[in-house]
Amino acid sequence: MSVLLQQLANGVIQGALIALIALGYTMVYGIIQLINFAHGEVFMVASYGGLATFTLLPDDLKKSPAVALPLMFVGGIVVAVVVAVIMERFAYRPLRNAPRLAPLITALGVSVFLQEAVRVWYPDATSNLPYPKVFPEGGLSFGSVNIAWTGVLLVALSVGLSIILQAYINKSRMGRAMRATAQDPDTAKLMGVNPDRVIVLTFIFGAVLAGVAGVMFGGYLSNINIDMGFQNGIFAFTAAVLGGVGSIRGAVIGAFIIGLIKTLAGQYMPGGTQYDYVWIFVVLILVLVFRPQGLFGEPERVRA
Amino acid sequence: MRKHSVKSAAIVGATLLVVAACGSNKEEGGTAGGSCDTSKGTLTVGVVAPLSGNLSALGIGIKQSAELAVDEANQKCTVKGYKLTVSAQDDEANPAKGAQAATKLSTDPNVVGVVGTLNSSVAQTVQPILRDKKIPQVSPANTNPTLTRGNDFLTAPKRQFDNYFRVCATDDLQGPYAANYLVEKAGKKKIAIITDGKTYGAGLAAELTKQVTKKGGQIVGQETVGEKDTDFSGVIAKVKGLAPEAVYYGGEYPAAGPLSKQMASAGLNVPLMGGDGIFDPKFIELGGKEGDLATSVGAPTESLATAKAFVDAYKKKFGKEDYAAYGAFSYDSTNAIIGALAKTVDGGAWDESKRDAMLTNVGSYSGSGATGEIKFDQYGDSTNKVLTVYSVTSGKWKDVQTGEFTG
Repeated sequence: MSVLLQQLANGVIQGALIALIALGYTMVYGIIQLINFAHGEVFMVASYGGLATFTLLPDDLKKSPAVALPLMFVGGIVVAVVVAVIMERFAYRPLRNAPRLAPLITALGVSVFLQEAVRVWYPDATSNLPYPKVFPEGGLSFGSVNIAWTGVLLVALSVGLSIILQAYINKSRMGRAMRATAQDPDTAKLMGVNPDRVIVLTFIFGAVLAGVAGVMFGGYLSNINIDMGFQNGIFAFTAAVLGGVGSIRGAVIGAFIIGLIKTLAGQYMPGGTQYDYVWIFVVLILVLVFRPQGLFGEPERVRA
Repeated sequence: MRKHSVKSAAIVGATLLVVAACGSNKEEGGTAGGSCDTSKGTLTVGVVAPLSGNLSALGIGIKQSAELAVDEANQKCTVKGYKLTVSAQDDEANPAKGAQAATKLSTDPNVVGVVGTLNSSVAQTVQPILRDKKIPQVSPANTNPTLTRGNDFLTAPKRQFDNYFRVCATDDLQGPYAANYLVEKAGKKKIAIITDGKTYGAGLAAELTKQVTKKGGQIVGQETVGEKDTDFSGVIAKVKGLAPEAVYYGGEYPAAGPLSKQMASAGLNVPLMGGDGIFDPKFIELGGKEGDLATSVGAPTESLATAKAFVDAYKKKFGKEDYAAYGAFSYDSTNAIIGALAKTVDGGAWDESKRDAMLTNVGSYSGSGATGEIKFDQYGDSTNKVLTVYSVTSGKWKDVQTGEFTG
């Protein structure tokens, strides 16, 4: 029983991390129908940004987590946003009216570029780097079930930020502009919406969430490497597809489903941890067979 | 529109340039010998090791130690008439990249031998390429027994590659040696196994498993993690439910360090043990905790009288002691190639027709190296079968037991 509870907790924490990244995939897809494969690398770059911020702090500030931790979040988010904005401006905007395949290939190129750039230019990034110990240590324990404080924080941030994001998109003026652009960019333009601004803002929102995820990832797992973006990006992309690309709620729920499948399949399915990835994709395929638009996605409308 | 396509072409071009720059080969030669006769030209000792990526700490130790051996040979005029140089190729711990590196080296008629690889999985692709050209390969670090003796290495050993040699002990000794230590010395009867599923880790864990059972211990579970996994909470929760007294990890330090750390924070406070793949200071930096154990090949470098000269010379040349786990072995491997080359050339000239003689001479090489006596048996394995158990003590690897596996 306690093993089941522990695995459920682990799955929820993994899902929370994937959700933060998946939101970036799903929002960008919702607005410009681009699978931004480089988004996983934005998450990775943010993690290194947080680490660099800590390294640059004066020694006395390094010792006080109350100051260092928020600054690391700010540093990670700023780096993620800057990278995302540059990426949108120079890699995707010139291809806005190109065939869909062109920006997709560009996204793969940007992904490789970011990974190699960090590897070449970040000191010692060729191997795993330990993350600073400024995060709260220890955690909750119920009997033999342990949940690290960093895990609790990760889930709280993930759920909280997705609720705020959902509310912003549904309630605010800018949110309405985003939904309008997603539905029909040309008509939205006629109604006075500036699509370039909306698209940049979408990339910025995605980057902020990826920034939070990047720094939390380092805190939760205590070390980072340049491959983290690729692997978690694949999971997040899968979560977005599972939930229905373009749907905020779908991405978050899809992410939690993937986290839970991974830990529970590793525990209870034949083959154990060796085959846990297999079950994620088995579920994905089953969902897509019966609901090609994903759990919460809308069937794609053919544009006039 | 035209301007746009130019711009995106520039971006794609820049991306390719960066990628190409990362993939380019780093070649560094040894410094010229003082007053030796080098009129006949330059011969090359190839090195294939991970010079970038997670295992680069080990790979760079291998490369630099080979450079040191070549430098010393140049100074001592070991090979008459020739200057020696090192051509180091990066295999990124990736079998496909290793094959490229081996192909590149094997097409050069002046490559007399290759030192490497670090990973057993990479050796599997490098061996046949070098064999086709009869180029001797001496590995400082491959510990998988099938590389020399085939799949039935215990019951029906059969030499696999007549060009392949190694100077370190193998996993069919290392695994059981670790098992004996765990079960008999440390008194851990219930052991859980986690591996990364690669040639090295899975093979090592399989050898350990047999011996643990033989000594009356019990393997309570066996799990596999992905090589690039970072979150091990699922595996740890599963293993924790089995209440092991120790966890054995078959794999390398980039995953083992974080695994040990995550075990502790999940409340699984038992030692993690591994093989030579986790025996590196980086393991501790990444989360390896007090009491974690590792076996490694050979006696501790610092404790060997024969290794002192190597350590001093290395420090003098590179300013740091970052020869890592396999530096001394790489130094010995390189010296075996150089020694055999000196015998093969013997005042004459090198050409590719001498490759057969070169292979014979490596096989019959014997010398006193930094890790002890260097000699090869009929399979190409080292006759030096010494192993050492290390434990993390006050944030450092400390040797606790050195000896040979005796059953």
